[in-house]
Amino acid sequence: MSLLGRLGEHAFKHDMIEYGAGLSMVLGGIVVVALLTYYKKWGWLWKEYLTSVDHKKIGIMYIVVSAIMLLKGFIDALMMRAQQAFATGESMGYLGAEHFQQIFTAHGVTMIFFVGMGLVFGVINLVLPLQIGARDVAFPLLNSISFWLFTAGGLYILVSLMIGVFAGTGWTAYPPLAGLKYSPGVGVDYWLWSIQISGVGSLLSGVNFLVTILKMRCPGMTMMRMPVFVWATFAMMILVIFAFPILTGTIGMLSTDRLLDTKIFTADYGGNPMMYINLIWAWGHPEVYILILPAFGIFSEVVPVFSHKKLFGYTSMVWAIAVITFLSFLVWLHHFFTMGAGANVNAFFGIMTMIIAVPTGVKVFNWLFTMYRGKVQFTNSMLWFMGFVFTFVTGGMTGVLMSIPGVDFQVHNSLFLIAHFHSVIIGGVVFGFFAGYSYWFPKYTGFKLDEKLGKYAFWFWFIGFFVAFFPLYLLGFMGATRRMNHYPDGNGWQSLFIVAAIGALLILIGVLFQATQLYKSIKHRKELKDTTGDPWNGRTLEWSTASPPPFYNFAHIPTVHAKDAFWEMKKSKAQVETKEYEDIHMPKNSSVGVSLGIISSILGFALVWHMFWLAAICAVGVLITLIGRLFVKETDYYVKASEVKEIEMRSRSV
Amino acid sequence: MIKDEHYPDSHHDVYSKTVFGFWLYLLTDFMLFATIFAAYAVLSKNTFGGPTPKELFDLEYTTIQSVIFLLSTFTVGLAGVYTHRKQKWGAISFFLITFVLGLVFLMMEIKEFSHLIAVGSGWDKNAFASSFFTLVGMFLLHLVFALLWILVLLVPVFKSGISKISLRRLTCLKMFWQFMSIIWVFIYTFVYLLGIV
Amino acid sequence: MKRAFKVIIISLLIIATGALTAYYISSHNIAVLEPKGMIGLKERELIITASLLMLIVVIPVLILAIVFGWKYRAGRDAKHTPDWEHNSIAECCWWSVPVVIIIILAVITWKTSHELNPFKPIHNGKKPIEIQAVALNWKWLFIYPEEQIATVNYVRFPEHTPINFEITADAPMNSFWIPQLGGQIYAMPAMRTSLHLIANEVGEFEGRSSNISGKGFAGMIFKAEATSEKDFNEWVTHVKNSGKTLTWDGYRSLVEPSEYNNVEVFGNVSEHLFDQILMQYMPEGK
Repeated sequence: MSLLGRLGEHAFKHDMIEYGAGLSMVLGGIVVVALLTYYKKWGWLWKEYLTSVDHKKIGIMYIVVSAIMLLKGFIDALMMRAQQAFATGESMGYLGAEHFQQIFTAHGVTMIFFVGMGLVFGVINLVLPLQIGARDVAFPLLNSISFWLFTAGGLYILVSLMIGVFAGTGWTAYPPLAGLKYSPGVGVDYWLWSIQISGVGSLLSGVNFLVTILKMRCPGMTMMRMPVFVWATFAMMILVIFAFPILTGTIGMLSTDRLLDTKIFTADYGGNPMMYINLIWAWGHPEVYILILPAFGIFSEVVPVFSHKKLFGYTSMVWAIAVITFLSFLVWLHHFFTMGAGANVNAFFGIMTMIIAVPTGVKVFNWLFTMYRGKVQFTNSMLWFMGFVFTFVTGGMTGVLMSIPGVDFQVHNSLFLIAHFHSVIIGGVVFGFFAGYSYWFPKYTGFKLDEKLGKYAFWFWFIGFFVAFFPLYLLGFMGATRRMNHYPDGNGWQSLFIVAAIGALLILIGVLFQATQLYKSIKHRKELKDTTGDPWNGRTLEWSTASPPPFYNFAHIPTVHAKDAFWEMKKSKAQVETKEYEDIHMPKNSSVGVSLGIISSILGFALVWHMFWLAAICAVGVLITLIGRLFVKETDYYVKASEVKEIEMRSRSV
Repeated sequence: MIKDEHYPDSHHDVYSKTVFGFWLYLLTDFMLFATIFAAYAVLSKNTFGGPTPKELFDLEYTTIQSVIFLLSTFTVGLAGVYTHRKQKWGAISFFLITFVLGLVFLMMEIKEFSHLIAVGSGWDKNAFASSFFTLVGMFLLHLVFALLWILVLLVPVFKSGISKISLRRLTCLKMFWQFMSIIWVFIYTFVYLLGIV
Repeated sequence: MKRAFKVIIISLLIIATGALTAYYISSHNIAVLEPKGMIGLKERELIITASLLMLIVVIPVLILAIVFGWKYRAGRDAKHTPDWEHNSIAECCWWSVPVVIIIILAVITWKTSHELNPFKPIHNGKKPIEIQAVALNWKWLFIYPEEQIATVNYVRFPEHTPINFEITADAPMNSFWIPQLGGQIYAMPAMRTSLHLIANEVGEFEGRSSNISGKGFAGMIFKAEATSEKDFNEWVTHVKNSGKTLTWDGYRSLVEPSEYNNVEVFGNVSEHLFDQILMQYMPEGK
């Protein structure tokens, strides 16, 4: 057995586009390393971020990594739109079929796992502990480990561009296509370890945040006084702990099929590929609710603040979240009505699916009636909310349409489906993140974002979205299936693909506006400074801290008397705490997270290329790191009361 | 002035947070086994012409194995009691007995595995064998991890008795062992008993 | 002045988009919305009914969003009730109206899931035609078990005749779909699924696989042609005289991966070929 497993020269052979992409990534990495070295910032980076167990730092790192992965995923999208705009009739486009198939697979994996989950975990990390009046999450070191596993997973998609290939099976990698017989190469293995490793990170975060919410709320904050964002996160984490193990087990079995030649999901030897489809969607459906619930939570924060009015129907919002959470486990079969389960089963799952529309609709009404008789300020966050209403509601409508098996038979796997899920994911998760981004940016950086540039960004995203995706609904009705690298000419499809490509370019302009917005805001940060810590006249506890908050969050843990805790404090003109300062007990930084991230990256790589000796060493390395941590005695320290006092005085005087 | 347990928050102590968090983790581990169990349930009849469970399983042998494991669960429970009473030698003894029983179980299961492989029912032969090895193999993986965990945690106990930290960690270990016995009950019932019928 | 200008331009753009879309739709074949088979027609009816039912909720929501955004924007002197957060009647309304609509949809769903069940045969008095479809890498093989002929990437059947498709794959999972006639069903190795369709008129329809099965997946397009009974029988005779036979060995070489295959016809097919293909995945067939 060769030391390099099945790694060989061929792994480095690519076409020009892949070389270009790989080269630009490597160059980008070199630039970053060079800058860090030139400005002597390695120590700072290591201490302030990489080994930090502070939820705020970890949140920022999640968002930075997600932004990088968003760039990759968006470029994938542009490449796909370009290919499909040209590849008709005689022309096969500029991408080979296998390359195109890797691109849409990577696009899906990147967007769902490394952008969606990353942005959501990022925002939750930043906001949640502050909103419940806590100093950090329940298990800060575990939080760091989750982040590094997430990053390690994302690395594979980037590495596969340069060494070997990525899967060409679609992001859900159904067997038998994803099995050894039809995909013997390394592509599906990269897919497997990317998701498996980051999946463990997600699972651990689920446990972490559930304990945080249930055990670390400040005095007086009963469950029914929590901000809706916290409820949404609570529900999401329940989904995470029940759903992610299903993913772990299912793709674990796919990996034994591939590594040990087991016959679980093979068509032959008694295996059952349909089982994989059932299991992967038993995870997959809760996953999309995992992504959307925090976005709903963000809107529940943003809409009341910018409508200068209490959130309408707090109790029914909570019930709606609970119902959605429960129902999301009962609908998974709607992803494969066409697999032949029979009328009764199909009808049951269809009906369960459409029932979810009810609590979701209730939430939309509650938000709209929060605006009713409010004083609505159309800041960037409110614009994103309005964009959400239009995109998500139309996307939801097409979703209910497809939940009827008879309809789904005609649109399953067509571009109609693609338009639907992009509508709800972009309209919901992405627009939700952007609303939260504009809203919370000042809290963690100390200055606001430029509103005007944000407005332009919004309009290009919003209009670009409709131009890019509405043609796909039509194409789906015309019989166009998804994942085609080429299609016949003479049927009028090409013009629609060209329109869609233009839409993607409009979105690109929106993204460029966002990048410009960030740059300009940093440049003008003195003028845009948030001096009070409460730039929007907020309602929840995070706005009671300075911007950015001190590393310990609260000098005194607040006591809460109502929901919209901070608003109530301001209304009752509660005196600023003049209590004595206390020593604060905080966790120390730790390199365990970084180490595990590095070791698991190598572990996954070794498994992909069948370098089993290296995999074994890495597995041992993981154990040693964990055991080593068990013996570390100095895991935390005390911040002296005098230091706390100094920090508080400084931020007050500014 | 500062309460040692209240960190990095002001409310609940580290012990209850950790134990609750670990319980939640066990819930996820249960879901993991449920997934593999589901696959086994679907594939258990698919021997594709190869040896069937009836031909392969030795119920007497497996029952002895199960009794040994149940015994180990009892001893780990005792170990937990001694741990809570901060009685160092009681805890060490019963954790070590648990370790030995677990090791015996492991050896017995490995023997069963080699028997299956020898008679043509290795994990790559057919769907039934694959799902059997995956399910029981996953259990063994948990067992190996737990055995290692016992040794690692007993080191500081040996050196300096049962500290607050050791109490917390040993409690989690005990919970893990008890969780494993629940899983084994399922395996014994649905794989072996139902397989023989 | 500037605002009015903006409103006019935007309205014109929206109207132009609408007009272009309408023009496009009228000049192109929207297969799912202009079906040529009974199943497809029922499916279209379902799409329209369900959409209309949902618009009952969706349109008011979108209007409310615009109206509220306009009426209650800061700077306009509308009523401001900052602490109003509860109204039982309103909540009752928007829990119950959607529930009623969903109940209606649920009943429709139950009914149509049975009516449109792909496994359900179509009865119209005529004797159905049996066609077996096998998804291969990356083409479709059609076997006519009664006529004892076979074709690649082409299938013909008489109009107004129930078609009983029996489907499998000797390849990864695919999906058998003729959008103009009706919905799809997965084609899976080692499994046998069925789809029942019928063509209401003569015509040429495009069929394809709608589940990715590898490199040449996009080329898995076949032509489905409905003809008169007479033309169909003539065609069968013509194929039978073509001389080519699809033996088991011939089938094995057909299984070899190939893309964008041309139409091929076989005048004779090895008996029980479809069953033999399935048997490959059974222990007895090894």
